[in-house]
Parts: sequence; C-alpha cells; structure tokens
Amino acid sequence: MTFKLSSRAILTAAAVIACGLLIADVALAQTAAPAVAPAAAPALVPNKGDTAWMLICSALVLMMSIPGLALFYGGLVRSKNMASVLTQVFAIVALVGVLWTLYGYSEAFGDGGSLSPYIGGLGKVFMKGVDANAVAATFSNGVVIPELAYFVFQMTFAMITPALIVGAFAERMKFSAVMLFILLWVTFIYFPIAHWVWYIPAPDDVAAAAKALAAATGDAKVAAQAKLDAITGSAGWLAGAGALDFAGGTVVHINAGIAGLVGAIVIGKRTGYGKELMAPHSLTMTMIGASLLWVGWFGFNAGSNLEANGVTALAFVNTMVATAGAALSWLLVEWLAKGKPSLLGICSGAVAGLVAVTPASGFAGPIGALVLGLIVSPVCLFFVSTVKNALGYDDALDVFGVHCVGGIIGALGTGILVNPALGGVGITDYTNIAGNNAGTYDLAVQMIAQFKAVAATLIWSGVGSLILYKIVDAVVGLRVTVEREREGLDITEHGERAYTA
Amino acid sequence: MKIVMAIIKPFKLDDVRDALTGIGVHGMTVTEVKGYGRQKGHTEIYRGAEYAVSFLPKIKIEVAVPAKDVDTVVTAICSAAKTGQIGDGKIFVFGLDQAVRIRTGETDDAAL
Repeated sequence: MTFKLSSRAILTAAAVIACGLLIADVALAQTAAPAVAPAAAPALVPNKGDTAWMLICSALVLMMSIPGLALFYGGLVRSKNMASVLTQVFAIVALVGVLWTLYGYSEAFGDGGSLSPYIGGLGKVFMKGVDANAVAATFSNGVVIPELAYFVFQMTFAMITPALIVGAFAERMKFSAVMLFILLWVTFIYFPIAHWVWYIPAPDDVAAAAKALAAATGDAKVAAQAKLDAITGSAGWLAGAGALDFAGGTVVHINAGIAGLVGAIVIGKRTGYGKELMAPHSLTMTMIGASLLWVGWFGFNAGSNLEANGVTALAFVNTMVATAGAALSWLLVEWLAKGKPSLLGICSGAVAGLVAVTPASGFAGPIGALVLGLIVSPVCLFFVSTVKNALGYDDALDVFGVHCVGGIIGALGTGILVNPALGGVGITDYTNIAGNNAGTYDLAVQMIAQFKAVAATLIWSGVGSLILYKIVDAVVGLRVTVEREREGLDITEHGERAYTA
Repeated sequence: MKIVMAIIKPFKLDDVRDALTGIGVHGMTVTEVKGYGRQKGHTEIYRGAEYAVSFLPKIKIEVAVPAKDVDTVVTAICSAAKTGQIGDGKIFVFGLDQAVRIRTGETDDAAL
C-alpha cells in the first residue's frame, strides 16, 4: 500500500516545525541576548483612591470644628454667650488656616536642619515647593499621597486643636485676647509639638535602613545601626523616642486640655460660679455637635493612616467601637452614681471615647479599643465632677477633664494595647513602619516612651501656655469686665445676639 | 372694673380659657412666668454641676372684667385650674381705673 501525505498533513507539519523554530529562536534569543539593564525605579505616583480618601478626610475634620465643636460647646453655655462661642471657634479655624499656609506647615513638617528634632525650618514657608506634583510619604513603603493633600489634612488638625481650648475659659474671655493667644499658642506650642511627634523625614529610607539592620550580623550590625541613627536622628524627638500617637492624642488632646486648664485658672472663675444657674442653654445643639464630632472623627483617626487600606479600616472600626463603649459606659456609670442617665452624659462619654481612641486607633485591636472606651468614661466622669468640684477651678466646658485626662488614658493605653497578645498590630517603634519588624514589643520600653510624650506635652504646653496667657493679659487684658460678663459676650464683644426671641 | 390676675399651672391654660369663654369673657392676656409658693422645685445635674431649681414655669392670665362679674370669673377660674396638688396657683384682683378700646374709642365697661 502506498503512503500518500495529504495536503492537510503537510500544512500541519509545516506549522509545527515553524512553531518549533519560532520557540527555539525565542529561547535562544533569551539566553543569547545580553542582560537588559534594569529600568530606573519609576517615580512614586499617588494612588487615586488614597488621594480621594485623604481629601474627604480633610473635609470631615473641618466639619469636626465647624459646626461640630462649635455646636457642642455652644449648646453648653448660656444663651447670652452662644454667638461668642460660635464666633471664637469659627475665627480660630480661619486664623489657623492662614497661619498654617504662611508658616505653620513649614514649622511643623519642614526640615529644621540641625534643629530638626525640635522644630521644622523655613523651607516650606508660603508653601514653597508644595505644588500639585509634590508627594508625601505614607506608612507604607513606596506609597505616596499628594503633598497638598497631606498639607490640608494636617491643617485641619491645626485648626481644631486650639479651638478645643476655648471651652475652658468660655463666657468670660475677651475676643481680642482669644485671637492673640491662639496666634501665639499655635506658633509656639502646637506647631513644635506636632513636629516632635509626627515629623519623620523620608520614612522609606528609615524602613530600608531598619531592614538592613535586621539583616546585618556581627560587626555589620554596628555600622547598620549607625546608619539608621543618622537617618532617624533628624526625626521629631518624640517620634525618635518611639512614642506612639496615631492620630493626635498627645499632640491635640493632652496639649489643648492642659492649655485649657491653665487658662481657666489664670482667668479665674465665672462671676456667680457656684451660686448662679449656669445650665446649658441647648442640649439639643450639644447633641448635634457631639454627633458631628463622631462622624467627623473617622476622618481624624482613619485618615491619619494617610492612605486607604486595612489599617485605615482598623482605625475606622476602633473609632466606632471605642466611642460606643465609652458612651454606654458614661451613661451607665452616671445612672448608678447620680441616679439618672443624662443626655449630656452620653454625649460626653462619646467624646471621651473618641479622645481616648485617637492615639490608639491604628495600633489597638477592636476589643482593646472597646475596653479603652469602657474605662475612659468613669475616669473622666470622676475628673469632671469630683475632682473639679474639690479643687474648685472653673473649667467651664470640661476641656481638661475630657480632653487632657482622656488623652492621657489613651496615650498610656496605646502603649498597652499595641501588644499583639492583646490584639494590637504590634508596631513597637517608628522603625517598625509597615511590617518592618525591627524590634519586639516590650511593655516597659513602650510605656516609658509613652510617658515621655505625655510629660513633654504637659510641661511644654502647660508652662508655655501660662507664659502666653500672661503676655496676652499684659497686652490686651484677658477678661471682660464684670458688667460685660453679666450682660453676655454676644452683645458686648460682638454686637449681636444668637437668639432674638 | 377689676383686673383678675391668675397664676396657674401651664397645662391648665386651655381649660381655663374654655371656662371663661363659657361665662362670656372673650379676651385675656397670657404671659409665661416663673415662680414658686409651696411647691418644691427640682434638681438638675450637668456633669459635675448640680443646680437646685426652685423657680417653676407657670402661666399668668389677666382679664379685665366689670366689677359685678368678678366673683363669677374667680369661681370659674378656680374650678378650671384646680388639680388639688400643691402648685395650683393663686388669683389676685386689682382695681382698674380706665379701659379704652383702641379701634373704636369705647371706654370703660363698653371696652371690656
């Protein structure tokens, strides 16, 4: 029998051979061709989701100030002083917005050269170099956000911190004194402390050096350590000390709280305090303010992760859980201790919980955050009632009792709750950025770092604020006259009334 | 002519108004006031501050009536405003020298 090759078979064979030659050709090309030089690392580009998230968070934090804090405080004062509280908060937001743009951002987040551990420099004054192309690092290596987004996000923090203080001396301080004091305070107290806790230049370089240190052995370890120290040496000194403050428990709350206490003592008690009725004129407004604060605080805490990922979601959840726990806790404790569960109590509990979870939000696990919330309320309740009445100072809106005390509980709690055994993320010092485990969690070491940050803030802000109050008193006078105080600051300081009916 | 001034519990206002309308009194002036007599106030607690609030909200009603109608008016108000609990209020009667209806210029009893 003769064997005939069909045309189909021939074509198929030809195709197979052609493919084989092609493959061989390619294989040979891969091995024969010289190694291609690796492409230069692409410039880091912000992610659209991260950018959108950070801008939204900035808006949320602005909402915390106006109208959140404004209404929370406003409802707590007498109606004759409502407009004055609203104006003070709004004016502080506007003032700090301008100062931040001109020099605040540079002072807080600029490179201070040899003074960098303590203060930023003038390199970013008038927003020099901060344009639509500039980027800022996040806690993840290789992830950046537009520097403008970081700039405006931090601006909203700088706005709300001084606004918190006015609650302490509400109903008796001159508007001119408030404005002058706040201008001095942000310049000499807030911008430096923000720098101490949050300024880390080139975090990606820090992480790389820490990785190298972890990988080094023997003599190389000494050199690697020196390299790491050189890079981190210019970071803010509290960040360098390993203090953990995710969203500003120290920078914002302890800071504002102690400044408020000092102010309340320096300016003195309200006329008629302890004898006259000074009940809140609108708990409705206070509740609206507290609710807006809670919603806005998601921007404050979750936004402090500087990008949108799992840790962001953790901070968001912690902000929900700790607050719910603290609100419930204050409600129940007050019910037991004073006989009735109050609206002001539950609102105050929510705020105390928000304050306490602020430094812990990106470090603690949710159950830890819940416990933190349950604990902070009874402590703050104790300070705003028993301690305040025993010591006799008139912190009108409990800035110290809620923000300073709550902030201290949160700062110390962060040192405990970051422990992986308690559900924390286990970041133990700043070289541990984004899974770069340079150290192991040590409770004593971490608590010392936390105490350092708390103490440094209390001293710098406490003493510094005292000096600034005295200066402002000498220049414009702190307090209105008794007659003006009786008539109400709305009419005497602002020439208007919040309510005409 | 007399002015009958009654301080009553706020929720009794509608009952008193109906009673007065029933006996032919068709006008009154009502003010929100605060006061106390034998009724105790209450305690308000705001965080660490406790306030003993002794002034209680009341309603003051003033009606101008012809002298002959005073007893009827007082009786009507009393039965409408009474609950039997402390804090029901008081009625005071003042002498009234002159009354004028602004729209028409009528005076005294014609103005009431």
